Order: sequence, then structure tokens, then C-alpha cells
Amino acid sequence: MKDEPRIGVFVCHCGTNIGGYVDVPSVVEYARTLVGVVHVERNTYTCADDGLTAIKKAIKDHNLNRVIVASCTPRTHAPLFRSAVADAGLNPYLFELVNIREHCSWVHMKEKEAATQKAKDLIRMGVARTALLEPQEEIRISVTPSALVIGGGIAGMTAALSIANQGFKVDIVEKDSEMGGMLRYLNDLYPGGRKASLVMDEFIGKVKNHPKIEVHTSSTIKKVDGYIGNFTVSVQNEKVPLDIKTGIIVVATGADEFKPVNLYGYSGSGNVLTELELEERLKNGSLQKLDSAVFIQCVGSRGEGRSYCSRICCNVAIKNSKLLKQTFPEADINILHNGIHAYGTYEKMYREAQELGVGFRKYSKEKPPEVTVDGERMRVKLYHELMGREIEYTPDIIVLSTPLIPHPENGDLSRMLKVPLGQDGFFLEAHVKLRPVDFATDGIFLCGSARAPADIIESINQGYSAASRAAIPLMNGYVQAEAITAVVDETKCIGCGYCASICPYRAASMNEKTVIAEEVTYLTKKSYINPVLCKGCGTCAAGCPAGAITPNHFTLPQIMATIKAFQQPGAYIYDRIKA
Amino acid sequence: MPHAGRWQVNEMKSVLVIGGGIAGIQSSLDLANRGYHIYLVEREPSIGGHMALLDKTFPTNDCSMCILAPKMNECNAHPNIDILSYSEVMDLSGNAGDFTARVQRKARYINEEKCTGCGDCTARCPSKVPNEYNGNLDKRKSIFLPYPQAVPRVMTIDREHCIYLTKGKCGNCKKVCNAGAVDYEQKDTFVDLNVAAVIVATGFDMFDPTHMQEYGYGKYANVITAMEYERMICASGPTGGHLETAPDKEHPGKIAFIQCVGSRDLQHNPYCCSVCCMHAIKESILAREHYEDIKPYIFYTDLRAVGKGFEEYAVRGEKEYGIKYIRGRPGQIIEDASTKKLTVWYDDTVNRKVKGLEVDMAVLCTSLIPAKGSDKLAAILDIELDEYGLYKSRDELTAPLDTRRPGVFIAGYCQSPKDIPESVAQGSGAAARATEVAGGAYI
Repeated sequence: MKDEPRIGVFVCHCGTNIGGYVDVPSVVEYARTLVGVVHVERNTYTCADDGLTAIKKAIKDHNLNRVIVASCTPRTHAPLFRSAVADAGLNPYLFELVNIREHCSWVHMKEKEAATQKAKDLIRMGVARTALLEPQEEIRISVTPSALVIGGGIAGMTAALSIANQGFKVDIVEKDSEMGGMLRYLNDLYPGGRKASLVMDEFIGKVKNHPKIEVHTSSTIKKVDGYIGNFTVSVQNEKVPLDIKTGIIVVATGADEFKPVNLYGYSGSGNVLTELELEERLKNGSLQKLDSAVFIQCVGSRGEGRSYCSRICCNVAIKNSKLLKQTFPEADINILHNGIHAYGTYEKMYREAQELGVGFRKYSKEKPPEVTVDGERMRVKLYHELMGREIEYTPDIIVLSTPLIPHPENGDLSRMLKVPLGQDGFFLEAHVKLRPVDFATDGIFLCGSARAPADIIESINQGYSAASRAAIPLMNGYVQAEAITAVVDETKCIGCGYCASICPYRAASMNEKTVIAEEVTYLTKKSYINPVLCKGCGTCAAGCPAGAITPNHFTLPQIMATIKAFQQPGAYIYDRIKA
Repeated sequence: MPHAGRWQVNEMKSVLVIGGGIAGIQSSLDLANRGYHIYLVEREPSIGGHMALLDKTFPTNDCSMCILAPKMNECNAHPNIDILSYSEVMDLSGNAGDFTARVQRKARYINEEKCTGCGDCTARCPSKVPNEYNGNLDKRKSIFLPYPQAVPRVMTIDREHCIYLTKGKCGNCKKVCNAGAVDYEQKDTFVDLNVAAVIVATGFDMFDPTHMQEYGYGKYANVITAMEYERMICASGPTGGHLETAPDKEHPGKIAFIQCVGSRDLQHNPYCCSVCCMHAIKESILAREHYEDIKPYIFYTDLRAVGKGFEEYAVRGEKEYGIKYIRGRPGQIIEDASTKKLTVWYDDTVNRKVKGLEVDMAVLCTSLIPAKGSDKLAAILDIELDEYGLYKSRDELTAPLDTRRPGVFIAGYCQSPKDIPESVAQGSGAAARATEVAGGAYI
């Protein structure tokens, strides 16, 4: 931009979050002295409606061509301020957020003077950089109006049905020969005790009869190319490989039950069972007689190695204990637990089990139950916390409530989709609070136990949720891509290909180019960065040995100006850099 | 990033969202961003719901308002969303795809078009009222904004307390308003909205523990509710983030958090509220982040840390922040009248003894109960309530978002107890169901 910068600076008090620890009026006075700055004001909350109105008004009144808000983190607030700036007719990339809260007031709460000085330094650096900002244009990408759902369990089927009902074609890719996921192995479902097979058949029936849904069973994902709106997914099934073009992808791959080999006498056979193995016996009617059963909770969870609570196991045990008690009223049924997590209205189910006579016995983490298996005879020893002594059970069956664990294939899928896994091995959403079914990667969504252990209702809720998020780009027919991308200066590019090897988004590739230099024509390779795939991370620019790559919005002069402004305080920083 | 006029469809369908908490906000944004027109009806003067009143959120300790305010403003700025705050739905006729909703726009005695939210009127208002948006810990004026980030940023006059409206005297606000926005003659008005679908996301209210005499709430100065604690520990709250105890406003040395006050209790609310164990852990961690010498105790029934990363958060609370978890429901709290210190009497179920713990502050983690007026709204919408007074799903297992009335959907806490991410997920989910219906192709 050739015109002289006319920068407006808006310093936010953020109530007392900043104002309580930084002397905002003095920061405002300081900002007025910086070259290029023509307007400074302070707001109680710049993000509130009056703050945004003030920005828009100042842009008009003072003919601002750059805007700085000195407040909080761009992660939550940059979109809001950019959009206010855009409303006032300015290119949204002529805006800069200087973080004087997370980077300043919050970490220097006990040193007001130093915090105030640091806020001034940060704003001066921001002004130096902002003077050099240039407008950027977001690219509009068209979206293929169809979806691909990975996983045909309850979450995936719900998502597929909803997306299809919203008017889009859906492909379901299921690795097993049949859909249904975990439902195939369950006996009945809580709450209500309906047969799992009935619910499963109802959903599978709807999916199979839906004119917009195509199901690919016994199929696995081999390769994923492309980006939001334009993915190509290579699917391998028994017969032929298939390339499916799709606008969005939903990950609904579910989870596995942990098999507790060598814990509490479990061997995979005999009468020490997991919950799923009990469900199978209940389902096929092989459990004919029962005098006594013991459930042990948190087997393989909430401890060393696997620290998380698997959420659903208490409710599953309660459901199964109720059924056992109803089927064998005389039987002694006990659940040994370290806290019963019957959250929400499942409390009712917990109470009903108690009323039926199911015993709930608390053990402590320090003294877990002990199981000895001697042929047919099994003993469970429990240190009963309330009675303060050990008691013993000799049950016919021992049911171990083990956690849902991530599929071993999650790693491969996460690499193919370029979406992260959390420390626990489940897929990691974009924001644990406000974006529970989005991935940070645009166009890919998440639901069900692939995210974290979830029961049927929760999987259905999340299936709908993912369907809603996914349908937004499908219904709009286009998305706006990131404007901050890297660009290659072909005259500097030496064709080494290093950028293509290090780009985490596979946005950089090498193209053959014919170059004419001093009347010599020759063929060489030049880097090309696909602006749609590029996330603007800057890895390629840092790695390029020829300095041929520049990330828009983070150019070398902009970064150098920021650093120089830090090193050379004073009111004429911008002029010195120009000189 | 939304821009004015970016989202366009040829035939714009409308959806009514009732309740502007995080679930309703999520429904509204999801639908507006795909080209639907939204009427977002909120009973309070501002959207934001309970999340706007929280300090931080578990398990990441993200500042609640910091992550919510951008969404509130996105609703406000969105060309496809009309916010009808301080309004209530009075009638719903018609069928899925073609409903008519009658909405009462309560008189706020302010011309919304003219009010700039400058606050000159508030400064001159002589009437002081307990501030329900700060847990009644301080006073607000009769002409007020609930909080600075309120959306819409429009004043409201509290007709029950305004001196002019009750006694015909004063009139200060009208005199000082340069925008000419104050209108004492304003009357309630009614608007009819044609919508294809309805999403109900009315959230919850907090249980009032005053009548549970064993805990002395309302009687003992240092017994407060968790919601009051949230406001007190919040930097933008009435005490600027300082925990204050009677009599000398010193910060407490020991805090007892009492779980399940009014919940998991057949006399009051039988269900588990799903969030209180976690917010008590968060509040304990925050106490320690504010003051290193605080000792937090959590008296729990079962420590239900069931969400993603929750168990790890509970463990971290114990190991890194010194939270002491005590399994047991205290039977009584006794105050020492001179020192105002409290003794919490409880069953130590591990050592099998009745014990007393002296603390400086007791925080009652009270039940989250069905929102006031849920029964009335259920009758208006012709949907059912369940045994707890929450809205009943058409099929609690396979159709949690649907009600018995086709085209009317439910999301968030008003459907069943849940935390913020689950409310967000259902908010989106209800938007998907509404789209299916409004699209008309498949119902």
C-alpha cells in the first residue's frame, strides 16, 4: 500500500483484566506519540457492541487505513474485530491484534509499572508492523455437495441420515461386513431397556432405504487427498478400489472395549467376563442359572497408563445388574466401585438398581478388590470401606467393567486426514468447550466414541451435531479459505524441493517450468504452494534455503520492523525503519 | 469469519430459537451460517445465559466470557439473526414448516433503535437494586445493562424498582439521555413470526438453598452458593476477583465445597446435575491460583468426573492444587457467631467417624433445576415435560432432540442435565433437525 499509514489504536481495559494491572491511560498517551498513529482511544470492553461501534466510527471520522486493538488473544477475538473493520469498509487484514492481556496483564499481575511498560513496548512493536500490513484477499472455494462418513455405527448412521435428510448425497464407509458398530454386540440399551437389535435394525433400515445414502461395507480408507469442499478419498474393499469425491468428511469410527488380560483373573475364557462378553451371554441366552455375580468397575481405567474415566461403564454395569436381578431375583448381585458415575438422569437407573437389591460396595483406589480363580471356583476379596473390614464373595460370574479404548487404526487415519489425536489416543476436537465436533482442519468433523467414550444418546446427539456443522459448507456451496498463505518468488526458487518435503499440509509441490534466461531455454522445477491447502504456518518460508518463500501477512520486513521497534524504543520508530 | 451479506440463499426460511444461552446461540449461528433467518428470543435483557456469569470453564480454565462474547457479538452482527431480547413466546400455532409464533416484547421503556448503551442514565439513576447478574453481591441501578458485554447493548428499565414508574417521581434517566431513548410510556407489544421450525433452549435456573436450614444459607454470612462464588472470583465481578469473608473481608484460609445441595435428593431434585463436581474442582483450582495459602475441601457423594479430560483434571486438582476430596454429605454447618467461622459436620466414611471441619467459607454447589416457566412454555408449545420438569424428548433414546410436536426441537440443559460442550453439540444437532424439517424434503 502506497498511502501513508493512518493507524487507529484501541486499548481495551477488559474490565479490570487489563485495566487493573496496566495503567491504560498512560498507555493511550504513549500510543499517541508513535509515528503513523492518528487516533487512540480506550474502551472498557473493546469487544462489546459499543467498542466495535467506536472502531467503525473512528475509521470513518479519522480516515483510518490501519487498525490495532490492544486487548486479548487473536484466537478468540481476531475474527470479531476483523469483521468490524470490514464492516467499516477496510480490508480486514489491515487489522492487528496486540495481546496485552494473556501476554502482559495476566502474567504480570503483581508488577503494574513493568506491565504498563511492556504494554507500551508491545503496542509500539504492533504499530511498526501494522504500518507495513497489506490487504489480503480470501479465496472462495466451491464445495462438492456430498459427504463421506467413516464408520457405520450409531453416530455415523445418525450423521449420514441427517446430512442426507438435509439434501446431500452421503457415502458411508464401514470396515466391517455389516453396519451397526457396537450395537451389534449389545443386548439391550439404557435408558429404557430396548433391544439393541431393534434399534440397530431401525437405523440400518432407514440408511439402506435412503435414496441419497450409499453404503460401502468391508471397506477401509487408504488415502485422503484434497481439502474442504474437494476431498478425494481412496477406499479399498474386497472387490475394487474406489475413489470417492466429497465435500466434507465425518469421522465416526467408534472405539473398542479394553480386554483386561491378566487383570482380576481374566483370560478371555471362563467366567471372568467383560461387559461385552456378558452382553453376548445375555443376548444368546446362554446364562441359564445364576446365584451370585460381582461387577468390578474401573478395570484398566482411572489409573496408571490409562488415566481417563470411560464415562459409560457405571451405567452399563447398572443396566446389566438390573437385568440380572430381574432375571434371577434370588441372585446376589454386587457392584464393586470407586464412585458410581450415574450422571444426569441416569441417577434414576442407579436408584432402581438399589431398589431391586443390587449391592453397591465402594472400594478405595489404594485397596482394590482381589480375585482368585481356582478352576471353577472364584473368590473376590473386598476391603469394605464403610465396615472397615474385608468381605468375600464367591460368585458364579465376575464382570469386569473395562473402558472403551481408541482403535489401534486411529493413528493411521489421523495421519491420512491430518487431524490430531489427544494424549489418550482418541480424536481431538478443535476446542473442547465450544467446538466439540469440529476438527481444527476445515471440512472434517467428529462424533461418537471416536472422540471420547459416549453412550447411545450421546452418540446420536453428536451425530446430529456433526451433521449440522458439515451441512453448513454443503448448503452454502462454497467456503472462504485462509488468506494468510505462503507465496513463492520463482525468480529466487532454486527448485530444491525442500519446502515440499517439510510442508505439514502437503500444500507445497514442485512443478516443471520452462525458464528462458539470457537466450537459453531450459527445464527446471519450481515450487508451487496451493493457496487452498496452505494454512500459513510459515514452515516452508523458514526452511527455504534461497529465501524464495514469503508468508503473506508475515513478511520479512514486517517481522524485522517488529523486532527493530523492540530494540529501538522511541517515537519515530517507523521512520527509522523506512530509512 | 462472518461478513455482512456473505451468507445468502434464494429462499430464506426462518427458524425460531427460544433461549439465548450457549445452546441457543450455537443453534442460531449454525442455522444463520447456512442461510436461514433466525429469530432468537431471549427472556432476559441480554443473550448469553448462565455461561456469561461464569468466571472460567473446566477443564481448560478458559475464561468463560472471553470465549462466549465473540459468539454473542457474532449473533448481534449477523445479518441473518434478529435478537428479540426481553421477550417471551406466548403462542405457537400451525405445523412443522409453517408455524406462527406470537412473541411478547416486554416494555423495557427504552427505544432500542435510539439507545447507544452509553450508560449516562445508569450513572444518574438513584435507585439501587440487588444485582442478580452478580449473585446479588452488589447493587445495580433500575436502569441498567446486565454486564458490559451485554448483547444487545441496550438499557432496560426494571419496572418493579424504577422510582418514576412506581411513584411517578425522578425521571433522571430521561433528562440525561442525549439520544432521547427513554420512553416511560412504552407498552408491551406483540409480534407474529412465521417460522418453519422451533428450537427450545431455555436452560436452567439455580436451586435456592435458603430453606435447607442445615446449611444456614442466608443466615450465615460465609455460606454462599457456587454461582455467587463464580461472581466473586471473577475479575470483572463485584469484588474484582477477591474472595471476601465476613467479618473483615479477608480471603478465606479454608473453603469447603458442598456437593449435591438440592440434587440427588428425593426431597428436592432427584437427578444428578452433571456439572457440579467439575465446577467445584475448577473453583478450588481458581481459589489456589488467586491465593496460594487457601486450602480447598470438596465434600462429594461420588466425584463424577466423566467427561473428556475430567478425571485428569480432578487428579491434577488433588496433586497440584492440594484439593482434599472428602466422601460424605455434610449434615450440618454451624457458625461461630463471633468469628463467623463455620464448622462443617460430616461423616468421614473412610475412618467411620463423625467429624467437624472448621472453615472460613462454605460454598454450596446447588442443583441446576428446570428454568422457571418451563411448564408454561411447554403448554404454549404443546410439548411434554418429563418427571423432573425438563422438556421431554419424543424418544429419549433414539430421538433426544425431538419433542412430541413435529418441528419443535429441544437442546441444552432444558432437555437433560449437561455441560457446555454437550449443550453446544445439542445446539448444533437441533439446528440439523430444524434444517431437515425446514428443507421440507424429508421430515
